[in-house]
Amino acid sequence: MNTVHRTAFLALAAAGLFATAVLLGSYTVTVPDFFRILAAQLTGGTKIPGASFIVMEHKLPRAVVGGLVGAAFGLSGALFQTMLRNPLASPDVIGIGYGASAAAVTAIVLFGASGAVVSGAALAGALAVAAIIYAISRRGALGAAAGRGDAAGNRLILAGVGIAAALQAVVSFLMTRADIRTAADALVWLNGSLNAANWARAGILGVALLVLVPAAAVLARPLRILELGDDTAAGLGVRVGCTRLAVVVAAVGLSAVATAAAGPVSFVAFLAGPISRRFVRKPSLPASALAGVLIVLAADFLAANLAPLVLGGTVLPVGVVTGALGAPFLLWLLVTANRKDA
Amino acid sequence: MSMPTTTARPAAPAVTAPAGTPAPSGPFGRSGARRSAWLLAAVVVLGLVSAASLTIGARGLSLGTVWQALIAFDPANGDHAVVHARVPRTVLGILAGGALGLSGAAMQGVARNLLADPGIIGVNAGAALAVVTGIYVFGISSLSGYIWFAFLGAAAAAALVYAIASLGRDGATPVKLALAGAALSAGLYSLMNVILVSSQDTLDRFRFWQVGGVAGRDWSAIHTGLPFLLLGTAIVLGTAWHLNGLALGEDLASGLGQRVGLTRGIAALGVVLLCGSATALAGPIGFVGLVVPHAVRFLTGPDYRWILPFSLVVAPMLLLAADIAGRVVLPPGEVPAGIMTALVGAPVFVWLIRRSKAAGL
Repeated sequence: MNTVHRTAFLALAAAGLFATAVLLGSYTVTVPDFFRILAAQLTGGTKIPGASFIVMEHKLPRAVVGGLVGAAFGLSGALFQTMLRNPLASPDVIGIGYGASAAAVTAIVLFGASGAVVSGAALAGALAVAAIIYAISRRGALGAAAGRGDAAGNRLILAGVGIAAALQAVVSFLMTRADIRTAADALVWLNGSLNAANWARAGILGVALLVLVPAAAVLARPLRILELGDDTAAGLGVRVGCTRLAVVVAAVGLSAVATAAAGPVSFVAFLAGPISRRFVRKPSLPASALAGVLIVLAADFLAANLAPLVLGGTVLPVGVVTGALGAPFLLWLLVTANRKDA
Repeated sequence: MSMPTTTARPAAPAVTAPAGTPAPSGPFGRSGARRSAWLLAAVVVLGLVSAASLTIGARGLSLGTVWQALIAFDPANGDHAVVHARVPRTVLGILAGGALGLSGAAMQGVARNLLADPGIIGVNAGAALAVVTGIYVFGISSLSGYIWFAFLGAAAAAALVYAIASLGRDGATPVKLALAGAALSAGLYSLMNVILVSSQDTLDRFRFWQVGGVAGRDWSAIHTGLPFLLLGTAIVLGTAWHLNGLALGEDLASGLGQRVGLTRGIAALGVVLLCGSATALAGPIGFVGLVVPHAVRFLTGPDYRWILPFSLVVAPMLLLAADIAGRVVLPPGEVPAGIMTALVGAPVFVWLIRRSKAAGL
């Protein structure tokens, strides 16, 4: 199988999981029923009592938001990892996730917010932190003199790590100051959860991705040349500073909108790159996005349908499952890998 | 300008080195002396910060009162009682801070990764999961009750990370170490969150451990942790020269006759002892282990024989200063030291990053 076939296989697997998420689970729908429900919804025909509501207002938006969030995180992580040439670089490490978390927990704990307000706060927090990190690391980082790309990237990572640590402290502190029920709500958000997925959220996320995904696609080629080193890239006619800035903006945007929609679903951005690279045998942005979709949909299926059976009804936040299952997988990759940069 | 320098240089070794010993080359000898002076100055500053830690707080005391309380303790005197309550937290601040700084510096040497801090080998995650298990399964509710859970969890997680990273063809390479640590941490935190999401009682207790701090610990906790801390310090300081070799790159280090894997393993053992016991004593205190070695590197350059001792002295300063600031910043309550280290440390760290030449990082 070549790269294209393997990527197509990933896409098929993602579509299969999407169908599984919508049709199976604690409430199952047959395929004909699903299309009947969908047709009724679209044409305004008679709805099937109960089933219409569950499929159209719960299962479908949940799967759609999950898929979009996964694609956004996967793409964002791959962009960061490629540009900074550091496998530890993911939006979580860079501090964007913590920016969103700190803002969202502040909104939840101090202002008693919920729903869209929390999402808005998370988006604002993520973007604000990204701007701060950019401002801190700007001197030399993005308009870096040729040949100093690694050092500039390191500066960006270090600034992000510093900010992340401070924001994490803020979150921990707010958790000790909150009422325990509020703290429990905040914990669910902090883990990244699709429980609050709805069509409004899916719509906003979809529009944002309509802008950001093509941007990432355009950047894929200069980014690959940038991997050869700043000198070579400049020699080949890539505008290094501009490309870096554009990549950062796209990656931050993707991560920020995804976090606003579902909370910081841990590990997806971090894992999607290595998994897809191992599967398609070369770094590829579309494959990373598809791997992200696969991870989130599979994890959410477990979190929403299997976990309650084991835990007496508790629906786990999807991020708990991505972490718990993603971790052993990455460890397995590490152990079996022959390449140093697994 | 160059003339006076060249004439002055031959005289310098005569001042710094006693007669009879072969004098080190001029610039190195002088900068070594200067670094020693800086180290001494850092120890003095640490002494001053410790004194401040005994005097400053909700009840401000004079240095004279503190001294009286230390040499002639009067149980009936309220001020003396306050001093005696502040002594353990100050000692703990020094011990935990030093351990975090030293282990952070060694970890960055072992993993040869800027992002490496004790947390990266899974220590905080292991300790956190063990504490949550202790609360949820065994109903532990006191800070001293958490110590053994935290230490065992930290040590087990670190050992597991190291073992996993060592599997495969080329042993525990820096990238594998860092990835294994990040992966295992994420997994452990997720397991922890499974418990926390389903048990609100556990969350209620755990969230107060999670912030990390030096208040409310007693002497027995310090006695429990002290042997591990001393052993870890000795091990890590002993590897300084070998870490310099590692910094040259694996091939060069083994070319120089070093056994790279052994060096890494021993240094990592020291790191686990240090940060495991620090986390057990003070909870997860982020930032100190990551930031202090970076800050120290700006003063000392890349020589681990200086980075390690400087980190050992500078890190407690940061932790104590953070603890002191936490006592006065939000009266009448206190902000835990673990929060303040991050809030105080982050701007300093950012300033350092901005100031430095990009390549120097």
